[in-house]
Amino acid sequence: MEKVNVGKRILSANEQFAQQNSQLLAQRRQLCLNMISSPGSGKTTLLVRTISDLKDELRMGVIEGDLRTDIDAQRVRATQAPAIQIETQGACHLSAKQVNDALEQLPLDALDVIFIENVGNLVCPSAFELGENGKVVVLSVAEGDDKPAKYPAIFAKSKVMLINKIDLLSGGLVEFDIERVTTDARRLNKSIEIFPVSARTGAGMPQWYDWLKEQVRQTRR
Amino acid sequence: MHEAAVAQDLLEVICKEARKQEARPVAARISCGQLNAINDEVLCFAFEAIARGTACEGMTLQVEHKSMQARCSRCKDVFDLNLAEARCPSCGVDDFELLPDAPLVLEEIEFDKE
Repeated sequence: MEKVNVGKRILSANEQFAQQNSQLLAQRRQLCLNMISSPGSGKTTLLVRTISDLKDELRMGVIEGDLRTDIDAQRVRATQAPAIQIETQGACHLSAKQVNDALEQLPLDALDVIFIENVGNLVCPSAFELGENGKVVVLSVAEGDDKPAKYPAIFAKSKVMLINKIDLLSGGLVEFDIERVTTDARRLNKSIEIFPVSARTGAGMPQWYDWLKEQVRQTRR
Repeated sequence: MHEAAVAQDLLEVICKEARKQEARPVAARISCGQLNAINDEVLCFAFEAIARGTACEGMTLQVEHKSMQARCSRCKDVFDLNLAEARCPSCGVDDFELLPDAPLVLEEIEFDKE
């Protein structure tokens, strides 16, 4: 028997595509955000509202990732924004190669912001860099306030946490301790920005929009 | 479930190395950080399944999980972070900066050389 030291990074093929994407976006000074959450947290509703509310200020496009169907891309296109649907055929995350292909299909010259709506999954997508400028984790209050403690990776790596569906908190429909989530997330990630929002009613959305517009300004510099 | 993608990449790298060494790989050791979210059992199962019929068939995998490390904001000590008890072991403060997580690395392959 003979042992051979290898010391080689795994998933380096993904990292190479991620780097290509990142370089392309940096050259074009475009902001690209990777949206990650459990299924049903309201990512698409959030994006559709963001695109509609900011349509006079920012030009946005979306890369949609789902196991099957182009339902989400159709919802985005209804706002007149361009959307490319990636059907992963069962894979639990988007890869940088898939995003690379999708970026070629988007009308990049006509966009300020590219959102990647990852496959609904709080675990796997956090392990695959796509070349984005930042990750945004969306957590809806119905999922419970223990998620940063249970799924630390995505909260440690995200620039922003959007706590969605806060309209469900009124009337005690759902028990959710925003303070606990904030403490747990900041323990992992001191600089994470936290915005409690309701994509349905629009509550809290202006703070998210301000952050988004500031990021676009910084990316253009 | 992303372990399947990791297993696929691992298989390709090991097969390539086996051709170079002209020997049969029997075991490999990989290391990963906490944020790679690797479950040993799932990874080994996925690897076993895709290795069938390749040079890697029957190989065993050993996964070494590296702790998450943090630097205390007060005493600047670097320590292994235990999420269940997230505070500096030297001064007890729970204010710290998370250091970059260990990457996913194929450390070593054991070959059967006659």
